[in-house]
Amino acid sequence: MSKENESEKVLLTEIKDGVGVVTLNRPDKLNSFNDELTFQLQDALKEMEKNKEVKVIVLTGSGRGFCAGQDLQSRSISQEMGERPSLGDSIRRRYNPLITKLRRMEKPVVAAVNGVAAGAGASLAYACDYRIVAESTSFIQSFTKVGLVPDSGSTFFLPRLLNPTKAFELMLSAEKLSAKDALAYGLVNQVVADSEVLNTAMELALKLAKGPTKAYALTKRAFNKAVFPDLEELLEYEASLQEIAGRSDDFQEGVKAFVEKRTPAYTGK
Amino acid sequence: MTYKNIIVEEEGAVGVIALNRPQVLNALNHELMGELVSALEEFDRKESIRSIVLTGSERAFAAGADIKEMSDETTISIMLRDNFATWDRVRNIKKPIVCAVSGFVLGGGCELMMNCDIIVASETTQLGQPEINIGVIPGAGGTQRLTRVVGKHKAMEMILTGKSITAHEALELGLVNKVVPVELFLEEAKAMAREIAKKSPVAVRLAKEAVLKSYDASLSEGLLFERKNFYMLFSSEDQKEGMKAFLEKRQPTFSGR
Repeated sequence: MSKENESEKVLLTEIKDGVGVVTLNRPDKLNSFNDELTFQLQDALKEMEKNKEVKVIVLTGSGRGFCAGQDLQSRSISQEMGERPSLGDSIRRRYNPLITKLRRMEKPVVAAVNGVAAGAGASLAYACDYRIVAESTSFIQSFTKVGLVPDSGSTFFLPRLLNPTKAFELMLSAEKLSAKDALAYGLVNQVVADSEVLNTAMELALKLAKGPTKAYALTKRAFNKAVFPDLEELLEYEASLQEIAGRSDDFQEGVKAFVEKRTPAYTGK
Repeated sequence: MTYKNIIVEEEGAVGVIALNRPQVLNALNHELMGELVSALEEFDRKESIRSIVLTGSERAFAAGADIKEMSDETTISIMLRDNFATWDRVRNIKKPIVCAVSGFVLGGGCELMMNCDIIVASETTQLGQPEINIGVIPGAGGTQRLTRVVGKHKAMEMILTGKSITAHEALELGLVNKVVPVELFLEEAKAMAREIAKKSPVAVRLAKEAVLKSYDASLSEGLLFERKNFYMLFSSEDQKEGMKAFLEKRQPTFSGR
């Protein structure tokens, strides 16, 4: 494959020694989700799940970000923004299938979080089984910045992966959680130098790929039942709440202010 | 007898039938249904068989009726063909049928499942009556049996929207008895069938008959029916053996007489 082609593709996949590497590839947009990327990622995960050669998956981003969540400036979204959008259905179609697939597929998924993970991009990392994180990375629950509620499973994952107290604080404040703090809270497995993220994740994945993968699969199944038993129900509930938030004046104002790069003037309606 | 669309095996007192048209997710065509009914009736007559397990594959119990086969039918032709006569014979099987389902259990597959007596489902099971999506309705008992099991409102939702439900939803609704990991659904069903096979076959037969009576009869009629079956069992050797063994604090050995 020529370099030129590679740079045009929004998603790159590669299978090597039992490890499927999936790379979000919109580096100029911090790998934020437009429809092309979202649906290609859904398909790629499905294929990796089916492919018997793939024992472990590594999910990463190219450039300086891991994934900045929904691309608020992507065309399909701005079209939907024209009227009051149905964010609930958008989430059901775009993100919930991704999160469900990552959790339910019985192969370990290692997130190589190479840079900022925000909004649905943070959820994407939370839904993985391991988080190997670059030291300059931060996680951001950016939803409330534009008058939305956390979605894509983050209300579910955060309280369980770190703790409810800090989780709620992060959700309302939309402040950055640094890699160092994320490690201290137990949200991530390992923090490494920026240049080492992918190597470290690959090393782990290659080791796992040689392990008793059926036992890993059954362990993930039991773990899901113990820790995330009602995932689908909660994803659906989040989608309903986002539907409500998406109809609010605050959301309209939030997006407008974001695009106009000014401080939003919220009314609580 | 040799079959093309099903696999029939005997494991001790348990007769096992597996639907086997993997290339079409076990779609139920006339030939398969004919073979299934023959196999079921053969087990029903065979004294050494005391319970039956009906299953499909991990991927699909049965994804529905064979649409190709019926797309050109007319009202008259389909009525005269009367395929549902075969289905009525499934209903008349006297021995208990434990159904082991996984994957797709849709349309006719779901209706066939509901003809069975106990249902073990894998975690990956999806059940539904999607007939509405192709402009028809369930025709092998779905509107009646589903409604009796899950109630009017949930049945309406499933039948009118055509959406399928998960194994866990089906468990909550009482549509299946047990949900187990996919690797174990068939074993679990067989274990249940073996458990039943240890009981008195006469009592099992009359018990199944009495429970099914509750579908059709008023309460007083059903109670009367139950009582007559109860009295009748006192003419069996198994009743004598069962009660004697109980009093002597030992396990009974039932002869089926």
